[in-house]
Amino acid sequence: MDTTATAPARRRMTPRQRRRLARGIQYAVVIAVVAVLAAVADWGRIAESFFQLDIAAAMFPAVWTSFWNTIVYTVLAFVFGMVVGVPIALMRVSSFAPYRWFATGYVEVFRGLPALLVLFLVGFGVPQAFPGIQYPGGVYGQVAIGLGLTSSAYIAESVRAGIQAVPKGQVEAARSLGMSHTRTMITVVLPQALRIVVPPLTNELVMLTKDSSLVFVLGVTTATMELSKFARNELTDSANATPLLVGGLLYLLLTIPLGLLARRLEHKGDAR
Amino acid sequence: MTTREAAGDAPIVRIEGLHKRFGDNEVLRGIDLEIAEGEVVCLIGPSGSGKSTLLRCVNLLEEPTEGTITAAGHDMTGPDADLDAARCDIGMVFQHFNLFSHLSILDNVAIAQRRVRKTGRAEAEAEARRLLAQVGIEGKERARPSQLSGGQQQRVAIARALAMKPRLMLFDEPTSALDPELVGEVLSVMKGLAAEGMTMLVVTHEMAFAREVADRVLFLDGGVIVEQGPPAEVLTDPKTERARSFLHRVLHPVD
Repeated sequence: MDTTATAPARRRMTPRQRRRLARGIQYAVVIAVVAVLAAVADWGRIAESFFQLDIAAAMFPAVWTSFWNTIVYTVLAFVFGMVVGVPIALMRVSSFAPYRWFATGYVEVFRGLPALLVLFLVGFGVPQAFPGIQYPGGVYGQVAIGLGLTSSAYIAESVRAGIQAVPKGQVEAARSLGMSHTRTMITVVLPQALRIVVPPLTNELVMLTKDSSLVFVLGVTTATMELSKFARNELTDSANATPLLVGGLLYLLLTIPLGLLARRLEHKGDAR
Repeated sequence: MTTREAAGDAPIVRIEGLHKRFGDNEVLRGIDLEIAEGEVVCLIGPSGSGKSTLLRCVNLLEEPTEGTITAAGHDMTGPDADLDAARCDIGMVFQHFNLFSHLSILDNVAIAQRRVRKTGRAEAEAEARRLLAQVGIEGKERARPSQLSGGQQQRVAIARALAMKPRLMLFDEPTSALDPELVGEVLSVMKGLAAEGMTMLVVTHEMAFAREVADRVLFLDGGVIVEQGPPAEVLTDPKTERARSFLHRVLHPVD
């Protein structure tokens, strides 16, 4: 029994030693990559392109208008997406087949089309086909619908999944108390489903924040400009990339808190 | 048929020729059953015998394949059946409680009164508090279901069903999902309910409860009622071999 243990060992590493060695190699590679990049990069050039404080300062306070518009466009599109998406989700789980067909078609179409194309359709296609059509709120209405249509398809899919994740026993309990199918949906299923889908919906809000950068295709004025367009204009004016950095940071100012919020809500869901 | 002399009038549940098939699987193969007002009936039998399916057919959570059912004065299987109205008069308690997880304890008990009976909020909540006290849940009105023990949750579920003032209560293995030390508190609430004269149909494995509280015990096997009678008869001296061997297995699981 002991012969193998006492045999003059080719020095074998223990699993612990092997793990430490592997870890050490990974650190070494990372440090090497960073060092090479630091040595190769032209730091003066980079600083000149991205970190011009006077150019950044010149963006303020005008940038706040576009920052605010980004928020407004996002919220409008999200509200439209919810108002249309939740009924579409209900239709997708309906026992009435034509509702299901319609909802499935709707989701497939608007999930499959690029948001940019839908925006063009709403901004230019529809007005051409239906002359005299007026979107409520002008460009704001166009954005709400143009971005909201795409969003509603994603929201509908999330909400449908949420509805299907509500345990069957909840429905049975509600029906056994004399609630109708519709009453059960409104009082028991939807409130629980919406709670389940808060994380994916927050994610959708982040996507919309970024997709609001497509709004420029509708042709916007200074008053209705969103953050990306504003940063791009500044880029052209100043022939410097600093505005992009500022714009990017302002986007993160919106999207990172949303991400954190989503994570917190997710954990709150666990506790239930 | 009935064991209570008071029950002279029409039965509160009448089931005739009930069959239920799930695909090729015939779970109920011809059930005839009448339950009198105020009667407590326990359904026992091996798993897969159709007890729960039979119970769920009474309020049409399961749709019968064949047969007719009247319950609490409603023609459940007729063409003009108003199931929502009928279910207001038929309370149901589930194995896994099924409390509404997004609502407080108080709202769980008050919600159906408010949304179905259209009772005012104050009145519904007063009634809910009274019922919660009746099942021994006090000071938990604002808690969420998940913050309660299984026994407490099941008692809330009983209060929730009682809030609709049902004429008949269905219990689907109400203590099967509970830790053993929590079974007693639920059974004693049910016993109190029986003592008040509630008509109860109970699927259960609690033979002591059946013996003490039931007016009649039905032994189901293979989708038919194999044997029925007063608990003293069916539980102590079963006539059929199937009931005898089932009871032996339940009462002496280690033998």
